[in-house]
Parts: sequence; structure tokens; C-alpha cells
Amino acid sequence: MKSILKSAVAALALAAAGSAAQAADLKACFVYVGPVGDFGWSYQHDQGRLAVEKHFGDRVETAYLESVPEGPDAERAIERFAREGCGLIFTTSFGYMNPTIKVAKKFPDVKFEHATGYKTADNVATYNSKFHEGRYIIGQIAGKQSKSGVAGYIASFPIPEVVSGINAFMLGAQSVNPDFKLKVVWVNSWFDPGKEADAAKALIDQGADIITQHTDSTAPLQVAQERGVHGFGQASDMINFAKDAQLTAIIDDWAPYYIERVQAVLDGKWHSESTWQGISHGHVVMAPYTNLPDDVVAMAKETEAKISGGWEPFTGPITKQDGTEAAADGVRLEDGAILGMNWYVKGVDDKLPQ
Amino acid sequence: MRIELVKRKEHSSLMTLLSPLVAVGLTLVAAAILFTISGKDPLLGLYKFFIEPLTDTWSLQEIIVKATPLVLIACGLSVCYLSNNWNIGAEGQFVFGALCGSFLPVIFPEFANGATLPMMLLFGAAGGAAWAMIPALLKTRFNTNEILTSLMLVYVAGLLLDYLVRGPWRDPGGYNFPESRIFSDAATLPVIGDGRMSISAPIAVIVVIVLAVVLAKTLKGFEIRVMGESPRAGSFAGFSAKRLTIFAFALSGALAGVAGTMEVSGSLNQLLPSISPGYGFTAIIVAFLGRLNPVGILIAGFVLALSYIGGEAVQASMGVSDKIASVIQGLLLFFVLACDTFILYKLRFVKKRKAVAIGEASHV
Repeated sequence: MKSILKSAVAALALAAAGSAAQAADLKACFVYVGPVGDFGWSYQHDQGRLAVEKHFGDRVETAYLESVPEGPDAERAIERFAREGCGLIFTTSFGYMNPTIKVAKKFPDVKFEHATGYKTADNVATYNSKFHEGRYIIGQIAGKQSKSGVAGYIASFPIPEVVSGINAFMLGAQSVNPDFKLKVVWVNSWFDPGKEADAAKALIDQGADIITQHTDSTAPLQVAQERGVHGFGQASDMINFAKDAQLTAIIDDWAPYYIERVQAVLDGKWHSESTWQGISHGHVVMAPYTNLPDDVVAMAKETEAKISGGWEPFTGPITKQDGTEAAADGVRLEDGAILGMNWYVKGVDDKLPQ
Repeated sequence: MRIELVKRKEHSSLMTLLSPLVAVGLTLVAAAILFTISGKDPLLGLYKFFIEPLTDTWSLQEIIVKATPLVLIACGLSVCYLSNNWNIGAEGQFVFGALCGSFLPVIFPEFANGATLPMMLLFGAAGGAAWAMIPALLKTRFNTNEILTSLMLVYVAGLLLDYLVRGPWRDPGGYNFPESRIFSDAATLPVIGDGRMSISAPIAVIVVIVLAVVLAKTLKGFEIRVMGESPRAGSFAGFSAKRLTIFAFALSGALAGVAGTMEVSGSLNQLLPSISPGYGFTAIIVAFLGRLNPVGILIAGFVLALSYIGGEAVQASMGVSDKIASVIQGLLLFFVLACDTFILYKLRFVKKRKAVAIGEASHV
């Protein structure tokens, strides 16, 4: 009996080894914070992974782990990939930063790419996108389209990336309607359709007729659809979930970046860098403008072209919530100030959790 | 026709031993079917899920790392449950203990010497016990339902942690990101082995052994069991239900607090907005899978940790969805409970509705 078991195990091990033997030139692995079926953040990263598979064919093999909680499990998930022969590992959530750095120390030959963080090493690059560019555009649209002059913002965690998104949205809205009001609800989660939907309902009940969100599910937009108000897709084009409600969506397109970085590893030209690009590089894409009058579409497209040409939405005059000046007229905020933003612009109807 | 569950008069001790094995066997069959349906090689899947993690020292260590907090918390919970105290809030005690344990390295990072770690563990235990005292005192003083109060305090502790790492305890050099400073080496649990396993693992084993002896051989252990099974009989023997409630909550809170401190110190090295993937809740499952017996808990914790690591392995190497992995985990629990049910009950098919002697039939 024992020997039968042993040979069965051996056969299985052989089968396992066999599948690994048809090795590609590179194995690129991805760690996602949400399920690939969130149709938002993690979904878009997975679309990037699929684009890599399609672009490189047999040369590159990919693998992923989904719904990996930020915390003690993340380090294990990343190390597993490093051990299983991944040459390039993308860790796609802010909370994976320190685990990524820790594992990278143990595996100097493996290359790591961490999304949205700020710590780098010789074998750890970081990448992020200027989502706030898209937020400015949807803010402008909200300013034009809102009848009540109040928008509701469903926010995840008060980290700089989210705060700068709220501010950019507000600046965009104020550029067309100086009296615009913005209410914010923090759900303290990246992906929690139930909480996100409750927040959307609460905001609509408080008079918001435009809903936008910095969380990963389609729930807020679906609530907007049910309640007959408007909203925007987040991370992914969500038009199929809200045909009448979605005005546009800020799409994170990771495919160009992922293909570029995989190519760099294949060519032996990979270096640790910090990439932060937006609309001009196609890393942030606006979904088709729908359910909007022509003049608003024209305005949005004009702003999009302006940003693509190098204009920064965080250009003064910008006043902080407490009345102090953040940037004088015509002065552009430095990248560091945007990446570390911990204050609201004037007019946001919320106290920033500190 | 109806199907009834009827209580067995005698429980087969052989089946009590065999039932977990039957459950594992059924899980394997179900898992193989699931793999086949999702278009994966079932044998390879089973190998990757259940065997490969045991053959590699790294994944073995990872299983132990994952099992350690579960076993520690479940040990404390077993004392609560044996004595009829329904502490559902171990997750909160874990978090609050971790907060108290992290006080030194976060607020006094310069205080780094040989006393740092023992003091952290002491603070962690005290913090977890203090947090558990709230539902315990509410129960003994005001007769509140401890299930509700302990559960609700989980969210209070979580929000407190959230507030601290975003506010007063935020890393001054961390660009406003919500995390505490990284602990110094003196505040980090020593690692044993070449992976992430720290001295928390042997500590958990010692706790298991001590608790097993206490429960089986001491008067306190007798008190815990008697008060759980028959508080009235216990009170005739002079045992105080209130004192025992305080004791059970304090012990399980302290163990959860130590587990939290060790997780933060040994594995995360800093406080984050969320420090537990639900250890305090999963430990409830571990406690019952282990039949509220410390040695059983040790085994159950290991098996449950294996199912996490194995589930991750099939995802990473075979592209199996994480939903399939969770379903297999769920099936394992389902079969264990189902098999246990048949130790206590037998099925009876009833053709027509007849009068059933009161107390004989019992619906589950």
C-alpha cells in the first residue's frame, strides 16, 4: 500500500514537473487585492495581464493570485511567486508595499513592480497613473450636469491618491460652477459592493444627483441607475452595468505599461524606476461620453486634449479648505505635493480623516 | 415520507476517531470533481492542494505561521465555550492586544533592549484581556448577552486601530500613508528556520500542552467543564459562575492579545489599518473542529492552515479560481460537521406521521 502511494505521489510530482518544463522565456506574475471579477481595479490589471499573454504568446507565461488581503497573507503570496520561478512580479495594491520590499530583499534576481507605493529598491520599481487627470474631467462634467449642484463621492481610504482625486474632481466642478458642493463618504474598503451601494443611497438621499466613487465595484453606478441619477465608471468602463447612468468612465489601462516592462525584462534592459503617467501616455483613458449634451462633450474633450498636451489640473489658484493658499495663480503643484496630498481644497463638505 | 434525525443512545468511539478521516476522504472526492468540472487535472490539483505544501520546508513553515495565531486564539476560546461563555469577539481582542503590544515600538522606538519583547507580549496579553473584560463584566453585572457585546467590540477595536494608524500613530516618514513606523529589531520576534516562522510557533505549542494538562488534570479544568455542562451542579460544588466567566474571558482575551502582538511583531513588523484576515473568527471554527480539545485544536489549526496554503498553491500554479479554493475549504468544514452529526444522530425514515415520544426526536 505504501509503495503504491509513493509511486502515485512520484507520478504526480513528475506530472507537476512536466508542466513546468515547457518553460517560457519569462514568467510574469500578478497579485490582485480584489477578485478579477470586480469589473474595476483588479479586473483592469487582469486585462493588462491578458494583453501581455496575447502580445508575447508563448514567450511569456503568466499567473495570478486574486483577493489577496493586504496584511500578513500578502508576503506569503508574493514569496510564493518568487519561489515558483516568476521573473517579474507585479503587486497591484498599495498595502503590498512593505511585503514586496521584504520579499525583494530575499530574491535579488527577481524583478518586482509595485503599484501606487513609494518605496523602491534595485529590483523594485513602482508605477502609478495620474488618475486625478480623469477626475478633473468628470468633475467638470458633474459641474455642468448636476441640477442640485451637489455631488456625492464614495471614497475608500484617506491616502494621498484618493484625496488628490477628490480635490481634482472638486477643482473641475468649481471651474464651471464655483458654488458646487461635494459630500464624501468613507467606506474603508477597496471592494465592498454592499457598503458602496449603501453609501450611494445615503448620498442621493442627501441631495446628490451625481455619484462618483474611488472604490472598485460597480455597485454605486448601479444604484445611480436605479435611482435615476448619473455617475461615472471607475477604473473600468462600466457602461454595461448602467446604460443610462454612466456619463463616462476613468479607465486604467495597464496594458501598455505591462507590455513595456515585460519587453524590458526580455531585452535585459529593465531598471528600477518610478513611473507616473496619465492621459498623455494612454495609461488613463476616458470611456466614450454618453448621456450628455453635445456642448458638455465638447468641453470634456477640450479639457482632455489640454491635459494630454501637458497641462496639470493642479495648477493655481488653489485654496485649501482652511483658507490658506496651496498654489498661487498659474503655479503648478509639484509632483511630490500631489503624491503626498493630505488636505482638501475649499468647498469640500467633509473633514479629512486624519 | 419524512426524514428524521434521531439521537443515538451510545456514541461509537471508533467512529469518533474515524469521522475526521471520512470527512477528509469525502472532501478529496468532492475536490476532484470540482477540479474536473473546471477543466483542470484532478490528480494534479489534489497533489498541489493537499500534498505538495507538506513536502516543501518553505510551505510547511508558512502553514505553521498561518496556524499559530489560529491555534492560540482557539485555545482560549475553547475555555470560554467549555464553560458556556460565548466569546465571539476574539478578533477584537486580537486587534486590541496587538495595539497595546505595539505601544512601545511605536511610541518609544528608542526603547530597544532585551526587555522590549517581553514587555510587548505582556502589554499585548493585558490589552487583550482588558478588551475581553468589557463583555465579561457586562455579563456578570448586568446579565447582557456576551455574544452581542463581544462581537460588536470587534468593530470598535478595528476602528480604533484604523484611527491610530491614520492619525496619532502614523509613521512620521511615511508620506501620510496609513501605517505605523517599522519596528526595531529588538521589537521583532526572533525567527527560527529560514522562512517567516518565529518563536511564536513553539509558544503556541507550549500553550496547547499546558492547557491540555490544566483541562484534564486540575481542579480548574474540572470546574470549567462542570460549569459548562451543569452550572447548577457546579454551584452546589461551590464554583462561582461569575468568577469563571471573568476567568474564561480574561484567559481567551489574553491569548488573543498575545497572538495579535506576535503577529504584528513577528510577521508584519508594523501596524497597518488591517492586521488580521479574520483570525479571530476563523479560530472559532478551529476551536469547534478541534472539539474544544487543545490537541484537537492544534491539529485542526494545522489542517485549516493547510487548506489556505494549498488553495493558494492551486491558484498560483494551475490558475484555479480562488472561489474554487474557498469552496473546497468550505466543503472540508461541511463534511467534518456532517460526519460529526452522524456520530450523535442517526437517520430515520418515517412513512407516516406518528406520535413520537417526547424528547426522542430532535430536529437539527
